[in-house]
Amino acid sequence: MREEIITSGRLNHLIDPQLNIWHWHIPLYLFLGGLAAGILFFAALFTILGKEKEYPTAVKIAPFLTPFLLMVGLVALFLDLNHKLYFWRLYTTIRLESPMSWGAWTLMVVTPLSIIWCALNIKSIFPNWDWKYQWVWDMEKFFRKNLITISWIMLLFSLILGVYTGILFSAFNARPLWNTSILGPLFLTSGLSTGAAAIILMSKNSHERHTLARIDLMLIGIELFLIVHMFMGFLASTQVHIEAATLFLGGPYTTPFWLFVVTLGLATPALLEVLELKGFKMPVFIAPVLVIFGGLMFRFIIAYAGQASRWLY
Amino acid sequence: MRYAMAVDTKKCVGCSDCVVACQTENNVPIGFCRDWIVEVTDGTYPQLEIEIRSERCNQCANSPCVRCCPTGASHYSEGGVVLVTPHKCIGCGACIASCPYDARFPHPDGYVDKCTFCLHNRVNKGLDPACVSVCPTKCMYFGDLDDPNSPVSKVLKNRKHKTLIPEAGTNPHLYFLI
Repeated sequence: MREEIITSGRLNHLIDPQLNIWHWHIPLYLFLGGLAAGILFFAALFTILGKEKEYPTAVKIAPFLTPFLLMVGLVALFLDLNHKLYFWRLYTTIRLESPMSWGAWTLMVVTPLSIIWCALNIKSIFPNWDWKYQWVWDMEKFFRKNLITISWIMLLFSLILGVYTGILFSAFNARPLWNTSILGPLFLTSGLSTGAAAIILMSKNSHERHTLARIDLMLIGIELFLIVHMFMGFLASTQVHIEAATLFLGGPYTTPFWLFVVTLGLATPALLEVLELKGFKMPVFIAPVLVIFGGLMFRFIIAYAGQASRWLY
Repeated sequence: MRYAMAVDTKKCVGCSDCVVACQTENNVPIGFCRDWIVEVTDGTYPQLEIEIRSERCNQCANSPCVRCCPTGASHYSEGGVVLVTPHKCIGCGACIASCPYDARFPHPDGYVDKCTFCLHNRVNKGLDPACVSVCPTKCMYFGDLDDPNSPVSKVLKNRKHKTLIPEAGTNPHLYFLI
């Protein structure tokens, strides 16, 4: 039997025997960023369509989660840095070739936007809210006058945030599993789906819940299509890409991926949502909770499996 | 000016002198290495072939690490040598994940560290990098590819050579004589 044995004298911490540089921080942040992007996308979309009254939770309630989601995500990103005191260097330059650079700037736009959005809707949570200072009232008046413009900006930046979470990975040619452009749209779709699920969880209005369940169903369909497409692409590509796909097709990540992401996170909630739309009575929280769980598992599995995939030479 | 290195796999015996010389010269933290030895055994017993390589950062002309660095800490310096500026590095790990050769590592002080071709401490003073200068079999050649009389240009002209994972599109400046 032909054999190739590679012995390396290198044993650098976190690099050998297998890359292990990114831990829970990055997948958690990608999940929270995607979830926030999904919620903000629907809030902006329904505002632009003039349907705030039809979808009150999506527009006025769910966005209150987003500043917290983004801040927890930012704290996770900060904790991930090895040279923490220099984090401000991210904001002394814009490097368009580096997804991490323009992602950091996108967060710098999206986080204040999410806070402005909450400020504009604060009366839906605290009906007696008073801004106290005249200049705050003036600012609120200005933002309210330009609500549609803000909605368009938020729509655009929520899409950039959602797609960036995937592009961050897909820009690494050194990790064949991540190096597929499908990952951008796939993470965006997953983020929108978890956003819709979060709104369904919070909504008390059955019309809103049903519409979002239909949207979620469509997004799950797109996700399944993109996942199949991703594997088709890998299996038709080079040896290293075939080996990357094998991590999920018989390799160590097979069970977690097909059980937690595809079965529990996509197929089961899709089935439950179809049954619910057909009129079956069941607890409404099960499907959205599974979608959110699936989205979280998906980020973790892709982050860890990607570090296990590499070029062999 | 394009600095490059060639390692003769027919002469390298894998003694690791280059590794120790680098660790000493560059004060590499204990437990880490900027260069390392790889042995590849290939074939069907008893017809086995062995290739020994002294590897390090490939100083790529199209470096994924420079491309993905969000702060510009990873950059091309004189002669195309890829360097990291510690006080610009935030330690995000993007360059580490982007390197197909896994040549970078997180320095215990937080920033990312890697082979520098000994640019500032030796090459700019007219010396060879530490690994090249200590090699007991003289299996390494260093110099400027744009100078036809440099040791590396001469040896590459006369010997069959390869680079590692050229299909990754990195355009390495570390050659292996075969």
